[in-house]
Amino acid sequence: MVASLAFYLFAIITVAASVMVITARNPVHSVLFLILAFFNSAGLFILLGAEFLAMTLIIVYVGAVAVLFMFVVMMLDVNFVELRQGFLDYLPIGGTVAFILLAELAMVLGGWIISPQAASSGAAPIPADLTNTHAIGRILYTDYLYLFQGAGMILLIAMVGAIVLTHRRRKGVRKQVIADQIARRPEDTIKMVKVESGKGI
Amino acid sequence: MFEIGLSHYLTVAAIVFTIGVFGIFINRKNIIVIMMSIELMLLAVNINLVAFSTTLQDLVGQVFAIFVLTVAAAEAAIGLAILVIYFRNRGSIAVEDIDLMKG
Repeated sequence: MVASLAFYLFAIITVAASVMVITARNPVHSVLFLILAFFNSAGLFILLGAEFLAMTLIIVYVGAVAVLFMFVVMMLDVNFVELRQGFLDYLPIGGTVAFILLAELAMVLGGWIISPQAASSGAAPIPADLTNTHAIGRILYTDYLYLFQGAGMILLIAMVGAIVLTHRRRKGVRKQVIADQIARRPEDTIKMVKVESGKGI
Repeated sequence: MFEIGLSHYLTVAAIVFTIGVFGIFINRKNIIVIMMSIELMLLAVNINLVAFSTTLQDLVGQVFAIFVLTVAAAEAAIGLAILVIYFRNRGSIAVEDIDLMKG
């Protein structure tokens, strides 16, 4: 009963926040509603028993992706009101496509059944005596090691790509050149002057 | 009604996915909201994967959801980086202005 209520709470807030993401006037509000949607779907994941994924969702999406969106939205000096023009022009076609898609998904949802063999053909059955994180770690670092490394490689390439794309050399900026500093010798820069008393240099 | 099964989760995922598609259509000019709609669609896919993983008692669905999460994070980072340099060069991020490649 409590689980059912929690499901409906999380589900309704997720859907409502998703609607607000696409309709909010201010993109900053969109990002904040995106964060709300992610938090509530993390709640759904916990109800499903996938605690590790719920925590990953919060860390990765809320902690990294949403903050990145927030940075970009706030950093770019864009007139977002101008970008919203034509909002209603696209409503009919968008509504039609969305309705068709939803109807198709509803038909799929109403018409399928799980094959009786499916339950026994699982590649990695969930062990009953381990926590979710422990169980995922057991197969992620063994059976799926190459895919895991590949995922890490994708992240590395994305990181390098993002840095290379956005890094720029600006003119007129004085930066520390360590090699020059180390190569400086005292005899190049210091001049010893014998000053006689009573006279200036 | 009060027994929550697989189809409840699939319904939520289907609705969120549709909202993502709808968001791409109605925010045709604002590429930031389009990217957020893509994130919503990936989230719906993840809900589906985890729901099936729990129902079929198979952990592979959750492992795959982790990979989807990875790709989503990489995609957001690269997409926003391209957006930032595009804005720096052209001073605009309106989608209809991005037609240099005449695609």
